[in-house]
Amino acid sequence: MCATCGCSGNEHKLTAFLAMKKPEALTGLTVATLPPGARPGVQSFAPDTPVKTVIELERDILEKNNRMAERNRGFFEARNILAINLVSSPGSGKTALLERTLADLGARRQFFVVEGDQQTARDAERIAAGGAPVVQINTGKGCHLEAHMVHQAIRQLQPTTDSIVFIENVGNLVCPSMFDLGEGRRVIVISVTEGEDKPVKYPDMFRSAQLCVINKVDLLPYLKFDVQALKEYARQVNPQINFIEVSATSGQGMETWYAWLGL
Amino acid sequence: MHELSIIQSILEATTNAVQQNGKPGTVETIEIEIGELAGIEWSTLEFLWPAAVGDTLLADATLQVRWVPGKAVCSDCSSSFDVRRLYDPCPGCGSHLLQITQGEELRIKSLTLVDKPTVAKAPLRWN
Repeated sequence: MCATCGCSGNEHKLTAFLAMKKPEALTGLTVATLPPGARPGVQSFAPDTPVKTVIELERDILEKNNRMAERNRGFFEARNILAINLVSSPGSGKTALLERTLADLGARRQFFVVEGDQQTARDAERIAAGGAPVVQINTGKGCHLEAHMVHQAIRQLQPTTDSIVFIENVGNLVCPSMFDLGEGRRVIVISVTEGEDKPVKYPDMFRSAQLCVINKVDLLPYLKFDVQALKEYARQVNPQINFIEVSATSGQGMETWYAWLGL
Repeated sequence: MHELSIIQSILEATTNAVQQNGKPGTVETIEIEIGELAGIEWSTLEFLWPAAVGDTLLADATLQVRWVPGKAVCSDCSSSFDVRRLYDPCPGCGSHLLQITQGEELRIKSLTLVDKPTVAKAPLRWN
């Protein structure tokens, strides 16, 4: 029996009133049992014994992104499209690498490009100047691309069978690592003007990539950058990662990159 | 700042679950599981949480986090060990060829809904 009103369970109806006190006194709400209709201003409400329901969700927080990524991946696989997620810190030369690649190989293979930046369409304009179809995604305050953004971009781009889709992620070595976009391969670009210990400073990103493109190697004579140390740091995080040394400006090493793309 | 995306994903999944549950109620507790190698910075998530859930169904919810320590198996010598950082070598043979077996979790475990009475606002009169 309910100790409050004598009913058989949780269906009791209580009446309560708010004591006519100043606001600070209302923090500890005064509830009293009163006969129904006893006073003006009295209200009735449902049980005051909270009924708790536990929902066992057991759901991956990134489930929605991962599901959308698999849809993208299925689309790419069905059309035999090589989709590459290009990640790096800002200024490593991702766009320059793409410009050079498209200029050199545009006649041999159809390319499509998805550009991700917080603001502006400057990268898309650079790519479009070379003639490749491109969609710019502006993430605003976001720091990475997510699978649904790429989904919308590829719906616009309509990449053709046997083509290559480059997804240039937002320049950021932290956040993009967590978000599968449905790519076939993830390529990290690092330039020799950065520190060689970046792989251990940003291990998540290096761990999830299959290839590390070391860019701007034409500048090595002017820098104290130890390429071997970079590779050793990267292998500590990801022993299976491959390396290609290039200069998108001078063209050095680009043939090795093209061979990796299967071209 | 991917922690904001993580909170938004939590919100979306929670909203769907509460709607599917079909009963009115407020979320009293949300229990999540985060692996120590999952790439979540707790201080960032904690800082963003109040603002991100401000006027949502999680506004008054207590966030309970279960941290899952990192564990790995060495692909070279098959020993199992705890991993705190992704570049930690195998303590047995020094290899970096590891398979992470635990510590990358990012899961919503459960929600506790409470069917709290919402006290109807009586017209207040001041003495």
